Amino acid sequence: MTARRKTPEELLRVAQAEEDKQQTRGKLKVFLGYASGVGKSFRMVDEGRRRKERGEDVVVGTVQPAAPDEVQAVLANLEKAPTKVMEGVPVIDVAWVLARKPAVCLVDGLAYDNPPGSRNSTRWQDVVELLKAGIDVITSINIQYIAELCQRVEPLTGKRVQSTVPQSFLFSADEIVVVDVPPEMCMTRSPDGQQVEDEHAARRLSELREIALLFAADVVDHQLEQYLERNGLAQTFGTQERILVCVTPRANARMMIESGRRNANRFHGELIVAYVKQHRLSGDDQAALDANFAIARENTAEIEILEGEDPIGTILRFARERGITQIFVGHSLQLSWWNRLKGSHVDHLIHQAQGIDVRIFPH
Amino acid sequence: MPDQPTRGKLRIYLGYAAGVGKTYQMLHDAQELKHSGHDVVIGYFEPHGRVDTIAKTRNLETIPRRRVEYRSARFEEMDTPAILARKPQICVVDEFPHTNVPGSERAKRWQDVQVLLDEGIDVLTTMNIQHLESLNDQVARISGIQVRETIPDWVVQEADQVVMVDLTPRALLNRLIRGVVYGPEKARTAMDHFFKESTLVALRELALRQTAHEVEIRQLDVEDLPPPMSPGANNLQTVVTGRTERILVYVNADPSSAIVIRRAKRMADYLQADCFAVAVHRSADTNDLPETERDAIERYLNFARHLHVEARLLEGDNAANSLVDFARRNGVTQIFLAHPKDRGLWTILRRNIAQQVVQLARDMQVTIVAEREVALGS
Repeated sequence: MTARRKTPEELLRVAQAEEDKQQTRGKLKVFLGYASGVGKSFRMVDEGRRRKERGEDVVVGTVQPAAPDEVQAVLANLEKAPTKVMEGVPVIDVAWVLARKPAVCLVDGLAYDNPPGSRNSTRWQDVVELLKAGIDVITSINIQYIAELCQRVEPLTGKRVQSTVPQSFLFSADEIVVVDVPPEMCMTRSPDGQQVEDEHAARRLSELREIALLFAADVVDHQLEQYLERNGLAQTFGTQERILVCVTPRANARMMIESGRRNANRFHGELIVAYVKQHRLSGDDQAALDANFAIARENTAEIEILEGEDPIGTILRFARERGITQIFVGHSLQLSWWNRLKGSHVDHLIHQAQGIDVRIFPH
Repeated sequence: MPDQPTRGKLRIYLGYAAGVGKTYQMLHDAQELKHSGHDVVIGYFEPHGRVDTIAKTRNLETIPRRRVEYRSARFEEMDTPAILARKPQICVVDEFPHTNVPGSERAKRWQDVQVLLDEGIDVLTTMNIQHLESLNDQVARISGIQVRETIPDWVVQEADQVVMVDLTPRALLNRLIRGVVYGPEKARTAMDHFFKESTLVALRELALRQTAHEVEIRQLDVEDLPPPMSPGANNLQTVVTGRTERILVYVNADPSSAIVIRRAKRMADYLQADCFAVAVHRSADTNDLPETERDAIERYLNFARHLHVEARLLEGDNAANSLVDFARRNGVTQIFLAHPKDRGLWTILRRNIAQQVVQLARDMQVTIVAEREVALGS
């Protein structure tokens, strides 16, 4: 018996205590929307209002030029930084905010390039400065402005955006909130006032919505993992499907890997192909193994080469470290009559794979 | 007879815990709908003493609750007949997974909602991710709590919209500390149990992924989807459904049967596969079995049916043979079984069913479903 592992909750607490100690940095909170009109700005200013009501010192750093009425109404009761417009672009007056030093600063619309000659070239870098000064920032962003998502989002919106924010900045946020509304509500609310009834528009919005939800899920998963990793603990929550395909030279790798790929895609999960190193592979076996790796690459799987005397133990240790939810193995793991007598590899794997599904593939 | 009305539309506000703001968001949208000229009523609303939420009911007509007495205690339930008589365009129904007091016409509130929808009333409702049937074991593993009030996945799949109501766990915990969600006593207990930050983070991720999935399946064009198939005869091989995968679940009297059914059904839903469940007995008549075993098998077959999985009892002397034979005749691509429990001398002499199936079904994929034991959280 090993000592009881710490629960993730205990680890979270330790990690947070550590963080709090070194942290004078302000906290970043982001409201993420999938289109204009979902109500990100309202959620953001409404949070500002509530914090002010609870006694926090809240200042509005900047607002979008055409804020809807419900946003304006809330803004009316909040202190605003003086508007600085440079070359027609609203710019946060960073020096003013730093001097004023509020507890919380609201920044509506994170993705702006500041005009040349500004303190920072982009608005998100302005935000970094505020955070460094210990000011909490609450901000909003539409997924179309996330640099890494542009390629997928552009065909849906039909718009090429100029200013973007790197994904890593959003992953560094302390909190990210997805603002989700049914597409039809966002269509009627859209500030362009344009009533889009056509099915294609609805379909496009739906795809944008899915991208936003999955992005938020990935951020959340990343946050959870970071806490756990920092403490060297295997992720065991299974909130995301992670499929591990075990290949050998003789495995029916194509079927297993393709099935794993389909499965991972449907669940928006991860696919890993692992091989436990065997000694003295024949030339034929080596060639077969290489072919199997090629199939793995074709299917954009992550490839892991593991080493260990006991193949089953090696696979399971890796699976637990990586939070695997399904292990795919071939019948070819069933090696010889000797194994049959001792119980086959597959049997051992099944018996020891507690908490992980095992799928056995035909040879 | 009047014409059958067009079925009402169902919109579900999905959250990951009490206090994330589902009801608030639902009422906010109800207000907006009323404002734009729709006939909106509140069919059921649970105030929980939350001031902001209660304020959102202003100017909305509420159908009074039905008073029910059960074992000399008073209960209040949604008055479905009164809503039907009032016949609004849109009805707001809080707490979708609620179980009605025994003796009610229907056991579950979601069944009452089905009646409203059948009568052409649109419904807005709320639920948390932990009430989704297919995630029950996973949620138990994350939170240490086996949720009893569940909603079959197909009910959620039939909804027209699933909307995620998001709030960060930290903000939720702050609300809890400030006493917005529960009274101080209940808040403290809650934070020691369900409301641990790690649990909330994990549940939130599940909710986000589930909502993304719900959005995705609604994007599929209707004509692309093959019709669902049903195993009418014992031989289904010739039926072409266009679905590439077909999953067969083995059910027996062991409680792990429920876990396997949930997992297999979830897999089938994601892969758009057909799914069947079978138990095997030497005769069609199970009267020779001990009563508890007979009841358990019946219960799990019914549980499968409740999740819209076709289920039946097969006749056969050897479970593994019958299972694999049925699978082969019906073009099954994957067999799902529970993790074998027996270990020791017996397994050497006579291989367990999982081992037997793996040996027999060498032309199929066999999935051994792990028990998602409650290892964390509690």
